[in-house]
Amino acid sequence: MHEHDVIVVGAGGAGLRAAIAADEEGADVAMVTKLHPVRSHTGAAEGGINAALRDGDDWELHAYDTMKGSDYLGDAPAIETLAQDAPEEVIQLEHWGMPFSREDDGRVSQRPFGGLSFPRTTYAGAETGHHLLHTMYEQVVKRGIRVYDEFYVSRLAVTDHDDPENRVCHGCAAYDIKSGEIVGFRARNGVILATGGDGQVYDHTTNAVANTGDGPAMAYRAGVPVEDMEFVQFHPTTLPSTGVLISEGVRGEGGILYNSEGERFMFEHGYANNAGELASRDVVSRAELTEVNEGRGINDEYVYLDMRHLGEERIYDRLENIIHLAEDFEGVNPVVEPMPVKPGQHYHMGGIETSEHGETCITGLYAAGECACASVHGSNRLGGNALPELIVFGARAGHHAAGRDLGEAQVPTGPSAATEPEDGLDTPVEPGALDASDEDVAADGALVEPAEVVDYAVESERQRVEDMLERDGTNHAEIREDLQKAMTENVNVFREEESLKQALEVIKECRERYQNVAVSDPSRTFNTDLIHTIETRNLIDIAETIALGALARDEFRGAHWRRAHQERKDDEWLKHTMISWNDGKPKLYYKPVVLEGEEKEYEPKVRSY
Amino acid sequence: MSTQIQEPETETESEETSEHQQQRLADKRERADMRERAEADLSDADETVRIKVFRYDPEVEGKKDPRFDTFEVPFYKGMTVLDSLIYARDHFDSSLTFRHSCRQAICGSDALFVNGRQQLGCKTQMVDLEWPVRIEPLPHAEVVKDLVVDMEHFYDQMEAVEPYFQTNELPSGEEQRQTRENREKVKMSTRCIWCSACMSSCNIAAGDNEYLGPAAINKAYRFAMDEREGAEMKEHRLNIIEQEHGVWRCQTQFSCTEVCPKDIPLTEHIQELKREAVKSNLKFW
Ligand SMILES: Cc1cc2nc3c(=O)[nH]c(=O)nc-3n(C[C@H](O)[C@H](O)[C@H](O)COP(=O)(O)OP(=O)(O)OC[C@H]3O[C@@H](n4cnc5c(N)ncnc54)[C@H](O)[C@@H]3O)c2cc1C
Ligand code: SF4
Ligand code: FES
Repeated sequence: MHEHDVIVVGAGGAGLRAAIAADEEGADVAMVTKLHPVRSHTGAAEGGINAALRDGDDWELHAYDTMKGSDYLGDAPAIETLAQDAPEEVIQLEHWGMPFSREDDGRVSQRPFGGLSFPRTTYAGAETGHHLLHTMYEQVVKRGIRVYDEFYVSRLAVTDHDDPENRVCHGCAAYDIKSGEIVGFRARNGVILATGGDGQVYDHTTNAVANTGDGPAMAYRAGVPVEDMEFVQFHPTTLPSTGVLISEGVRGEGGILYNSEGERFMFEHGYANNAGELASRDVVSRAELTEVNEGRGINDEYVYLDMRHLGEERIYDRLENIIHLAEDFEGVNPVVEPMPVKPGQHYHMGGIETSEHGETCITGLYAAGECACASVHGSNRLGGNALPELIVFGARAGHHAAGRDLGEAQVPTGPSAATEPEDGLDTPVEPGALDASDEDVAADGALVEPAEVVDYAVESERQRVEDMLERDGTNHAEIREDLQKAMTENVNVFREEESLKQALEVIKECRERYQNVAVSDPSRTFNTDLIHTIETRNLIDIAETIALGALARDEFRGAHWRRAHQERKDDEWLKHTMISWNDGKPKLYYKPVVLEGEEKEYEPKVRSY
Repeated sequence: MSTQIQEPETETESEETSEHQQQRLADKRERADMRERAEADLSDADETVRIKVFRYDPEVEGKKDPRFDTFEVPFYKGMTVLDSLIYARDHFDSSLTFRHSCRQAICGSDALFVNGRQQLGCKTQMVDLEWPVRIEPLPHAEVVKDLVVDMEHFYDQMEAVEPYFQTNELPSGEEQRQTRENREKVKMSTRCIWCSACMSSCNIAAGDNEYLGPAAINKAYRFAMDEREGAEMKEHRLNIIEQEHGVWRCQTQFSCTEVCPKDIPLTEHIQELKREAVKSNLKFW
């Protein structure tokens, strides 16, 4: 068993910042990550990182924009924290050497982004995430922080108290991918989950293949509620064969969307008569899919994004990056032909419920980054707001786990923060486990001694892995494929009661088939078949929470659109959807949105731009 | 206006006008033409591509002796080498092992030896290759299993150059200033994704296990040329790369530069460091 003060699971932007923060506090910190840190998906972020750095801007404006962008489903204390801490954190990155783009006077550049009332998006070329990731990893190397890379964390070691709010997290069990050994990691102070996104729930996503929602799934099964899972952001311009993102810059420069009949559908079919191609992401995504559904898509799948008319010179000058992407990943030369594009899953606003200090309701368990929901994005994330989230909340979780007192949290967490249970949600099948004994919390009496709790987790994992390796059965890839397809068809940009129910049925079937999933590669060495099989279980749990949340919320807010409910219903729905795992079943309840900030209360308004 | 528009990545792209850049774009145009012709030759329907994949597992009977497995995968427009591997794994043999994650040339985990050249699987279009396509692990590295190689040595070399920013004069509450020219100077060097393709292609590195290698030297360049670190630190960095197994080993064969998927002018950077080192040594005469 390895033992450290703080264990950080995941080494993307959030994990690295958390580890550095814990190290700053003097804690003995280790990172456990299934990919080497520089392989983390934070590296793919292009656009930039928001922070109020200049005269004329201030954190209050940033907070206001974010609250409005969230469609009033963000929690004010978390949003204000984001906006207040971001400038210092961004300067800190600069001091660590991050190669930001520069102005003539040598200061870091900022540019305007959608939904922001001030050009406060700081960037490093078109590779902001790459530089952010590498700069922080360099600091981890400098500090000699221990990194266990290519270790897959598959279970949290949590005590078995009945009430999740009494449970304590003492560490985790991880699978050493290179050797096949299952090892315990004991955390004297705390475990921080920073496992990133879960785009693999869908078959078409801008996310990496490793983004399988492991953190939220593990935390959820250990008793931490997941929050606002129905809010999934789709990006309208991704390449059909890979999901690689084509930046909104193309439309910003004048790129045009066409259907198979050569019509400029955003205008000709009246989706956005004013903004056209520049309408917001959800509007454009819905328009594209409507075209395809009505038979005006190309190959029944996508539409064209055309920038040829911009002229070769302008394209090379301003959008060169796009030429490489289209060429390398789709085999299309956008200077002479239009690019095929379709909507793709891009970001998950929901996740592990945390306070603005990164704490969950389980003592010693923290979460930060895309896997967490401190609730800064509400129902809709503004571009450039995920990266500051990583560093702001990564740092806070790291400091807190290492023992710094951050004061009392204003965002309540845990089942006791519930206002009302959801009752009467009509589901076609019983969601949750098929066998209630299939649980991830230690469950054999009063298991509370730290080392024992970790040993128990390791032993359970060993058993689970052996079972999967030994039996004959279904390959996970088939299950994963069906799950992804069902989510894309039924819980996508468009949501209808019937299709959501359909999705829940498929999810249930996937669970059934997963009961006898088998790993056919018998090897202990670098068994990716096994890893993908474990991930698939996580995808099933995550998919279920998304579909359940979406079925319950019968209104239209941010990224969540219901055909039969096309308005935002503030009277009824100004609240967070919470789902927790109790005795093998998801339980749905609600928690009010905190609209009260440090000094002012945010008043929900119509969102128009 | 949209709530979520990501701004054009215009600024930096327009800053890029080096010859290197022009060349890269000209190559792309040429390749696109070739590809169009190659695709015209392929009838879309029923086309399959054969891949021959290196297999090895130290643990499993029958796989202990390295061999090649052949898979016949359906071809489609836009298909990459990585796509073909994923297809083969998910449909024919789930034990087929390779690293990959981002599938957009930024995580650096799927550098492979494809038809005798180091390339990123995700960034290599099938139509650009001669078929059948032969896929092997990176040469000059220990094979862990199938296409997975041990990266420890590469990581060690990267760490050997003190790959982190070191500066003493920090203004409080605001950023250090850096000129646009200086950022431009280091820009290409900061693009490295640690894929190790360069190291694998380098004859010197193959013969001298202690040679820092192109990626690590490029990392040293990234910091040595950054004006924010100051003159003293630059001396220190030049000392590191001047060591016995440092820059002077490089014989300017350009193989690293040729394979780098991020188009980093590695050989140029190594040469420049050599010149800088000479200059700084002369100072003390
Ligand atoms: C294409 C793209 C462009 C984007 N552009 C922007 C932008 O311009 N601005 C912006 O603000 N946001 C942007 N975003 C969003 C933002 O980049 C992500 O939300 C953010 O990078 C997520 O960081 P993270 O640290 O939470 O996770 P990641 O960087 O994904 O890291 C997750 C880490 O967890 C580890 N891990 C996962 N599961 C396990 C496990 N079971 N065991 C051990 N380790 C595990 C992984 O190895 C990895 O190290 C973009 C996202 C995408 C996909
Ligand atoms: S320098 Fe280029 S080839 Fe070498 S590791 Fe970096 S990205 Fe890969
Ligand atoms: S999969 Fe990330 S570089 Fe190819």
